[in-house]
Amino acid sequence: MARYILARLLGAIPTVFLVLTLVFFAMRILPGDPAVAALGDNAQPAQLAQYRAKMGLDAPLPLQYVHFLAGLAVLDFGQSFMSDTRVSTLLLHNLPYTIELTVTAVLIGLVLGIPLGVLAATHRNRLPDDAMRIYSLIGYAIPDFYLGAILLVVFSLWLGWFPINGAGTGFWGGLYHVILPAITLALLKSAFIGRLTRASLLDVLGRDYVRTARAKGAGERRVIYRHGLRNALLPLSTGIGLSILATLSGSVAVELVFNRPGVGQLLIEAIHQRDYPVIQGGVIIFALFVVLVNLAMDIVYVFVDPRVRVQA
Amino acid sequence: MSDVNAPADIDRLGAMVAREPIAPEPRFRDLVVRVIFARASTSIAAIVVVIFFVIAAGATWIAPYDPLEQSFIAVNQLPSWQHWIGTDQFGRDVLSRLIYGSQNSLVFGALSPLFAAIIGGILGVSAGFFGGVTDRIVRRIIDMLMAFPELLLAILIAAALGGSFWNVIIVLTVAFTPGFARVARASTLAVKQEPYVEAAVAAGVRTPVIIFRHVVPNILAPIVVLMTLWSASAIRVEATLAFLGLGTQPPHPSWGNIIRDGLENMFATSWPILAGGFAITVVVLAISILGDSVRDALDPEVNQ
Repeated sequence: MARYILARLLGAIPTVFLVLTLVFFAMRILPGDPAVAALGDNAQPAQLAQYRAKMGLDAPLPLQYVHFLAGLAVLDFGQSFMSDTRVSTLLLHNLPYTIELTVTAVLIGLVLGIPLGVLAATHRNRLPDDAMRIYSLIGYAIPDFYLGAILLVVFSLWLGWFPINGAGTGFWGGLYHVILPAITLALLKSAFIGRLTRASLLDVLGRDYVRTARAKGAGERRVIYRHGLRNALLPLSTGIGLSILATLSGSVAVELVFNRPGVGQLLIEAIHQRDYPVIQGGVIIFALFVVLVNLAMDIVYVFVDPRVRVQA
Repeated sequence: MSDVNAPADIDRLGAMVAREPIAPEPRFRDLVVRVIFARASTSIAAIVVVIFFVIAAGATWIAPYDPLEQSFIAVNQLPSWQHWIGTDQFGRDVLSRLIYGSQNSLVFGALSPLFAAIIGGILGVSAGFFGGVTDRIVRRIIDMLMAFPELLLAILIAAALGGSFWNVIIVLTVAFTPGFARVARASTLAVKQEPYVEAAVAAGVRTPVIIFRHVVPNILAPIVVLMTLWSASAIRVEATLAFLGLGTQPPHPSWGNIIRDGLENMFATSWPILAGGFAITVVVLAISILGDSVRDALDPEVNQ
């Protein structure tokens, strides 16, 4: 068990390393001089040289790379070109908002999606099942930023039930501001989770042990929840990991729609301002998240399915 | 057929070839007829896709106004007989912008899956056919890229490259390549076991000939299905990138940046937002229904 987790952790290291290296070189081969981007086109050559020296941009590339990695080791992402703030400060300020949004959205998505999937599976080829199929098709086709914009226009602009933008303060303020963006992402993910629950549950309900449970007289409720859903959870746990990742990438556009602080908003703004250190930091944070979620999925798998332990 | 769902579909597609070794190849025209008239929903989807093609191809003739023409005496108008969906904050006709925006979606929706299929196909076939080190390297690349949801991957690459036409094509191609590589690899592995390939090897046929004459034609079906499914994804991801300001740049119309402009102006009129998103949703929905039907028609598991 411990060995399996350790092996997974070690296995993630090359991926992280490769991502960091790619990000570093992608930022360096970019057309355009960061010094010019920071100081403007009218800057004097002397100023530019001074700036490059200050930011360590005049060092040879391999040395810059070493500095970059050494900085990351102590969570130092460098300094923003546009404001006099450390990138790590900016990230730390924005990260909680993105996590708040993602976690709320995934929770709502699960609470909505799993019962929908169970309903569709237990009413196979009848009205709830057909409705579920249409729901999941539309849930796939509708882009998150469009659904967010519709909800924003209807519930904030026309009805005035929710705030137009911002993130609020305190628990209730935060909840009040996060609810509409979170529902946007949750509706889309619930379509996916519902479809997955349905497929997984249908598969399990066809198994021998379910027939045995029915034969020995277990109630339908017990058969579905105790024997069915519990065993349907294994493929579902992968789906949950995937929807966390999808929610995370959806959060970028949704943060923009609701004009909400967060890493996505920070990243997009940095791209428009050509603030390379911030872009670098934002990209790394997102990439680390992806690696972490994948890792967590692998580990959760061991707990949910004892058979994996044997293979490892 | 959802983004997050792609891996599962890919495994199914890869297995398609393996599961259907000797089934007679259906004629292409029969297949098209069978797919389109199988269900009412598919027929409607096909009609929508055809209309989308016609509008995109004939935008110059169909659009009532120049999509870039601004008019400061006609800003933020509501729908009327002159402007069916009204005008935006620059007095541009929203309907014309939508019509020209469809060209954009069509180009990205067609080109990026095509490029991804070619590159992914080359990677996958060589990995599957040659095995060994080639296989290990390709699999490593696929696994790493697959770990990222394609939208996030697209945003990250766009962040590094910036948003010009070719950069967006590159972004989408890179995001979709691993999926094609995986399908091509799995299918090649299956085809390689076939007696006719073994016979060709034994007869001393040159490797390139084996690959192009015997392997490639036999793995085309799943690749084509994947291209259909992912052109829907490509249209959605391109719209998202344009919305984020990383794709098609204003003033050129794209369904994504019509919504972006609309949000900035939502206190004056919400018509551009609603209409732009409606266009994306309907087209993506239609293409994915079509793609699903093609897959079902080709996949023996569903037919049984």
